[in-house]
Amino acid sequence: MESRREFFIKSFKGLCLCAGGGFLATLALKADEGVFLRPPGAEDEERFLSKCIRCGLCVKACPYDTLKLASLLDAPANGTPFFKPREIPCYLCEDIPCIKDCPTDALDKNYLKKENGVKELKMGIAIVDSASCVAHWGIQCDACYRACPLIDKALKIETKRNERTAKHAFLLPVVDHEYCVGCGLCEKACITEEAAIRVLPRNYVLGKAGAHYVKGWDKQDENKLKNVGTQRKLDDKKAKDYLNAEDLL
Amino acid sequence: MKYLILRRVVQILILALFAFSAFDFILKGDLSSSKLFSTIPLSDPFAVLQIYLASFSIDFMALLGACVVLVLYGVFLGRAFCAWVCPVNLITDFAAFVRVKFGFKSNKSLVLSKNLRYYLLILVLILSFTLSLPVFEGISYIGIVHRGIIFGGASWLFVAFVIFCIDAFLSPRATCSHLCPLGAFYALMTRFALLKIEHKVSKCTKCYHCVSVCPEKQVLWMIGKESASVNSGECIRCGRCIDVCNDDALSFNIFDLRKKDEK
Ligand code: SF4
Ligand code: SF4
Ligand code: SF4
Ligand code: SF4
Repeated sequence: MESRREFFIKSFKGLCLCAGGGFLATLALKADEGVFLRPPGAEDEERFLSKCIRCGLCVKACPYDTLKLASLLDAPANGTPFFKPREIPCYLCEDIPCIKDCPTDALDKNYLKKENGVKELKMGIAIVDSASCVAHWGIQCDACYRACPLIDKALKIETKRNERTAKHAFLLPVVDHEYCVGCGLCEKACITEEAAIRVLPRNYVLGKAGAHYVKGWDKQDENKLKNVGTQRKLDDKKAKDYLNAEDLL
Repeated sequence: MKYLILRRVVQILILALFAFSAFDFILKGDLSSSKLFSTIPLSDPFAVLQIYLASFSIDFMALLGACVVLVLYGVFLGRAFCAWVCPVNLITDFAAFVRVKFGFKSNKSLVLSKNLRYYLLILVLILSFTLSLPVFEGISYIGIVHRGIIFGGASWLFVAFVIFCIDAFLSPRATCSHLCPLGAFYALMTRFALLKIEHKVSKCTKCYHCVSVCPEKQVLWMIGKESASVNSGECIRCGRCIDVCNDDALSFNIFDLRKKDEK
């Protein structure tokens, strides 16, 4: 009798341990690479992660329920706030309550100053998928353009002649990266089955040209040319050596 | 049973205050940082310390909140956070209960040192500094369980289950008394807190019921030997020992004055 009881207890124990271990293994293997946006004032991911205490006060402060705290199975670091604009975008509250309530400055308090404000936020950048945007097909749609809080600045309409009909114009949405704050209102408004305009984190999208280019039309840039040695030293031997030494034929 | 019931009520009440947004005006946020009555900031001092090491700056609000909590526990309540607030205590106490009920033997190959948590604490602080991340906050099972209850979701249930399995099947009281760096942090910070358990040897009948229920047995070294207060910061002030003592040998004591009079 006793041994039977013991056997059951033992197997139960083993089962529990297996289930627990199995769960930990799934976590380790989780590969949800979902793209997500950070709340206002958290554009520098490294700075943000070093400061967020994971309290959820920003989540509670948001009147639109935009922000969520990541659970273990979400893509962002466990317990940190994020949002998915196609579900609920950021409505750019004038007083930015999410930043106001953040106790640790993880959401940058500088945006609360008068001269900065919501228009300076940089949560992400909208990009248009021209293949699925119906405006690019020649069908008129300006849903995203109308939805953009920075209309005609962040999102403009560019007209182009439609050669196919020779009568109509394309009215194409174009995002200006200087102004787009990444609120996601356009993505939310987009009429296609999956949004043809999507907001991605800035570091996914933006490139960097490097400092060595000089724009001839920019006075500031021209300064770079001051005191620059124009004598370019070319090693004339290098070309000869290459022709002679490398087995070219 | 008095303190046990009181403790469960307090634990669940605090969870409820956090969880229902109708109570947001009383308590808003979670255990790592919150606002009491929408004005008094409360922050986990250990988390704030990690953030400071990670980013070398700290917002005034978080600092103030951490000070409030530190003073509350450090001066008055001791490591009571673990017994009265932390949601993980519900799990580990249940695991201990199951363990005793089914008479699980401890696994000889898995004997953890009580000091392990202090090494983990130091490791967390060093890693926070070198990785520029509040390391424990990223993996804190306390946070996961607590946030899970407040903000919903299901994955926390598995974490709770894992904690339960470890405590019930692998190593007794492993999580809170051997591994938890937050508990270790509070143990260090609350060494001189006023609220203490007091033992009167004249009443003690040496049944050692108290030692058998105590999650931090080493702090009760004086039982049956001499009249003394539990002076270790590791005592979580759960009051279980008082509950089980049939001979009135143990009691809570805020100021150590009474004892001196009796001598
Ligand atoms: S600005 Fe307003 S809408 Fe946007 S995340 Fe913050 S609180 Fe929510
Ligand atoms: S309020 Fe700040 S610290 Fe709290 S979860 Fe939001 S971003 Fe993190
Ligand atoms: S995300 Fe879309 S709606 Fe928001 S500012 Fe940028 S273009 Fe406009
Ligand atoms: S005497 Fe033991 S059980 Fe009681 S509070 Fe102290 S450590 Fe906990």
